[in-house]
Amino acid sequence: MILDSAAHVPEPLRSALRDFLMALADDELLLGHRNSEWTGHAPILEEDIAFSNLAQDEIGHALAWFTLAHELGAPPPDRAAFFRDAPDFRNATLVELPKDDWAFTIVRQYLFDAAEQVRYAALALSAYRPMADTVAKLRSEETYHIMHSRGWVQRLGDATEESHRRMQTALERAWPHALGLFEPVEGEALLVEAGIKAGEASLRDQWLAQVKPILEGATLSMPAGAPLHSGGRVGRHTDHLADLLNDMQMVARLEPEATW
Amino acid sequence: MNTLTAQDIWTALDDVKDPEIPIVSLVEMGIVRDVNLSAERAVVTITPTFVGCPALIPMREAIVERVRALGVEDVRIVTRLNPPWTTEWIDDAARAKLKAFGLAPPPHHQGVIDILLIQAAACPTCGSRDTVLDNLFGPTPCRALHYCNTCRQSFERFKPM
Repeated sequence: MILDSAAHVPEPLRSALRDFLMALADDELLLGHRNSEWTGHAPILEEDIAFSNLAQDEIGHALAWFTLAHELGAPPPDRAAFFRDAPDFRNATLVELPKDDWAFTIVRQYLFDAAEQVRYAALALSAYRPMADTVAKLRSEETYHIMHSRGWVQRLGDATEESHRRMQTALERAWPHALGLFEPVEGEALLVEAGIKAGEASLRDQWLAQVKPILEGATLSMPAGAPLHSGGRVGRHTDHLADLLNDMQMVARLEPEATW
Repeated sequence: MNTLTAQDIWTALDDVKDPEIPIVSLVEMGIVRDVNLSAERAVVTITPTFVGCPALIPMREAIVERVRALGVEDVRIVTRLNPPWTTEWIDDAARAKLKAFGLAPPPHHQGVIDILLIQAAACPTCGSRDTVLDNLFGPTPCRALHYCNTCRQSFERFKPM
């Protein structure tokens, strides 16, 4: 059954959908923030521009998801972004990790972009109409993200001994957290049954099928037996999230009633 | 008696320029999708070029201000995301203006946007096709950076979307 608007979504599906939208928004917001840390610091000017653009896009996408969550009873976007504490965030831990070196930034971005390709293709068929409509727009922008990050993975994977080593180290470090992108939110079963989203296990398999040939083509070895780092989707985060929020929310919290 | 029509609003909105490309209007860019005028209010439906585009806020304000100037008090803006905005909605007159402005117009496409389409750009200054793609990203979300080997100038092109 197609659900045309927030008014058509009954409980308990409503809460499940709201939590899932918050997870999508939190992923975008925090990766956008991490991307913005390269503004003025990227290794070459082109990438300074690229990562500033990516930051702007991802934060714009976060706003789109926060807006849909707000229609289902979540706080307004600015409150959601700047006045929640770490345990209330539902992002995968991948996006809260510090930006580290350029290799880690590129590997994280690629693994995330590829996951979004798969996730958004499935959400384009969502029974929740506002979600399918939003994703139609976001997908057209994501085309550029994946082209960019995939190109860098292919170039750095086998460019020099040092670039290969750094990329392999980054891949091994990012991998357990990237698997955490596919940790289901509470209420996953309800959402899948209602046709709102695809199951996370099937999305993960599609993602693996997509990233494996690219990584191996770049002469990188797939991390074997890497454990899954989950917990982000239920609010269990690394200490890095509190540090990130301290930075990101500081100004808004200094003067909560200020208008910008 | 002078009665305002939706067409009058369309005409008026052709005065509202894109804040980042002030030579083309929101109508020419295909951002204004629909105008609905009733006795009580005007509703203008827009489709943003990019969701995170900071120009959206001044665009909304400019639309409201322009329609109010026609005597309509209650002006509402509805944002529609689907179908997503595409550069195919930029009309030919606007493409010519972009080129004259020094911004290469986006290539036509059938919905498939790949690296070959993006790489093949003609220099807006000298027309040469001997150009290279420098960066998929540029000074605004909608522009990519290219370089012309013939006239040795860098230039920007509107990204195909």
